[in-house]
Amino acid sequence: MTRAVPPAESRGQFSELVPGEPVISFKDVRIGFDEREVLQGISFETLPGETKVLLGEGGSGKTVIMKLAAGLMRPDSGTVTVMGHDIGAMPENELLQFRRHIGFVFQEGALFDSMTVSENVSFRLDEEGVDEAEADKRVHEALRFVEMEPAIERFPGELSGGMRRRVSIARALVDHPPIVFYDSPTAGLDPVTCQTIMSLILRGRDLQGVTSLLATQRVQDAFSLANFRYDKSTNRIVRDKRENGNAAQPTNQAQRAPVQSDAPRKALTPNVSKGREGEAASIVENGAISPTNVLVLREGKIYFEGPADELLRTSDAYLKEFLASAR
Amino acid sequence: MADEKEELEPLPSVLADGLKRQVLAVQDYAKLSFQSVSNAFTPPFYWADTLEQMDVIGVGSLPIIVLTGFFIGGVLVLQTAAQFERFGETALTGDAVALALVRELGPAITALLVAGRNASGIASEIGSMVVTEQVDAMRALGTDPIRKLMTPRVLATVAMLPLLTAVSDFVGLIGGFLVAYFTLRLGAVQFWTRAIHALDFGDLVQGFAKPFVFAFIISTVACFMGLRVKGGTQGVGRATTSAVVISSVILLVTDTFITRLLLWAFHK
Repeated sequence: MTRAVPPAESRGQFSELVPGEPVISFKDVRIGFDEREVLQGISFETLPGETKVLLGEGGSGKTVIMKLAAGLMRPDSGTVTVMGHDIGAMPENELLQFRRHIGFVFQEGALFDSMTVSENVSFRLDEEGVDEAEADKRVHEALRFVEMEPAIERFPGELSGGMRRRVSIARALVDHPPIVFYDSPTAGLDPVTCQTIMSLILRGRDLQGVTSLLATQRVQDAFSLANFRYDKSTNRIVRDKRENGNAAQPTNQAQRAPVQSDAPRKALTPNVSKGREGEAASIVENGAISPTNVLVLREGKIYFEGPADELLRTSDAYLKEFLASAR
Repeated sequence: MADEKEELEPLPSVLADGLKRQVLAVQDYAKLSFQSVSNAFTPPFYWADTLEQMDVIGVGSLPIIVLTGFFIGGVLVLQTAAQFERFGETALTGDAVALALVRELGPAITALLVAGRNASGIASEIGSMVVTEQVDAMRALGTDPIRKLMTPRVLATVAMLPLLTAVSDFVGLIGGFLVAYFTLRLGAVQFWTRAIHALDFGDLVQGFAKPFVFAFIISTVACFMGLRVKGGTQGVGRATTSAVVISSVILLVTDTFITRLLLWAFHK
């Protein structure tokens, strides 16, 4: 294959997240299919380093929001801005360039079934023309991170649902994107596998300090992200010591953090990494984990937006019923 | 009952909607086809994928092309010889077989076989990728699926079909000769001399221009059907059937016009 696109190290116009400014911004976004309006004027913002958990019943528009933010769909009206660029108005060739800055974990993994696990994970690196030895090193590192290294030469059809999801996470994170979208990563999995997947997402978040959207129907996923963090020193997932977890609003420190995607890369595995320059990494290493906020969707509209602990204390009848049913 | 009446749309509006959908589909097809061709002139180029598709489409189709080509040549001799025998002109069999095969039957039947074999394969493969979100995953990873999936298939089909047609024509002539030799006792020199002399430059142009057009139709229709799949595995099945039927019909209709155009161009 002929190398034609710049490597991840030179991402040009998409290279920098502006401190304090939202990474992802939806303004009065509407989209409909077959005369049914799925999103009816959605507006929200995601700050650098923030994890926004999209909760809602099936068909409430969670996946559509993720696909709009990734430029895989275009809104009927309203604006979707990511890293300062109007995604809805961007031509497809620019969108392809833009998508090199995001990781996307699809609901069923969406692995290329005619390729091995290794080829799946290295797909983006191969497209970017990364040197074979370097790509191989990064693939091994990413698969080690999701504990799937032994399955490197297997095909997706030979893997269980949970394993496919893990490989999909490795594929999304292999190029260390500053933004990651997780579309129902725990859907249809058993509780133990769900826990494994969530711990991987936590580790990815706290080691790389990425901004992310996570769509899920499971309330536990939102609370896992809000109340737990990855402790680098012990290499374990631990409960956040602060009261109410980290579910507070984004800290000033996090908002100030310049997260540069073209900064020297931080490896996924702590023992391999020698650290990343910049405050974003230091926030993570100091143990003040990225803020997590929850957005509950109902019939195409935002019904609740705020920290996870506020959701837990709600007196709203619908939210109480939703929390009880979504556990 | 009143609700049911309200739901019924007037016939002109239903017809207009149907027509609008068809026009939009043609427009989408035209845009997609243009994009697949223009991709061939700008990087990145997926040569490995193109070579792989050439193997699948070209080498993979070779056995059925050889087999069918042989028997078509044979049956053509049987049919024409019966007519020529009435006038005592069995020597003309070589001319008839060569002209029919090179001008028309070779390109058309080879294209129909490739449509049956490869249009279905392309549509089902791409369609399955669409329903399992692999195409979206490709876009999310920053790769253009039209460039990665469609362009190599179009290039491979356009490169392979003329070669397959040449093989089919040749094997068909061999089949025709063998049948002529054993049933009409026609000598090898007589058959091949007449067969070769019957063909002029215009016939060859006609025989080898058609496969390029047919290949383009087969591959673009198949990719288009695959990329617009909706409705899960059932949708993949529908797209596969449509890819074969639509590409076959379009190529036969196009054949008529190309034949007329080339006959006019070569004053035949």
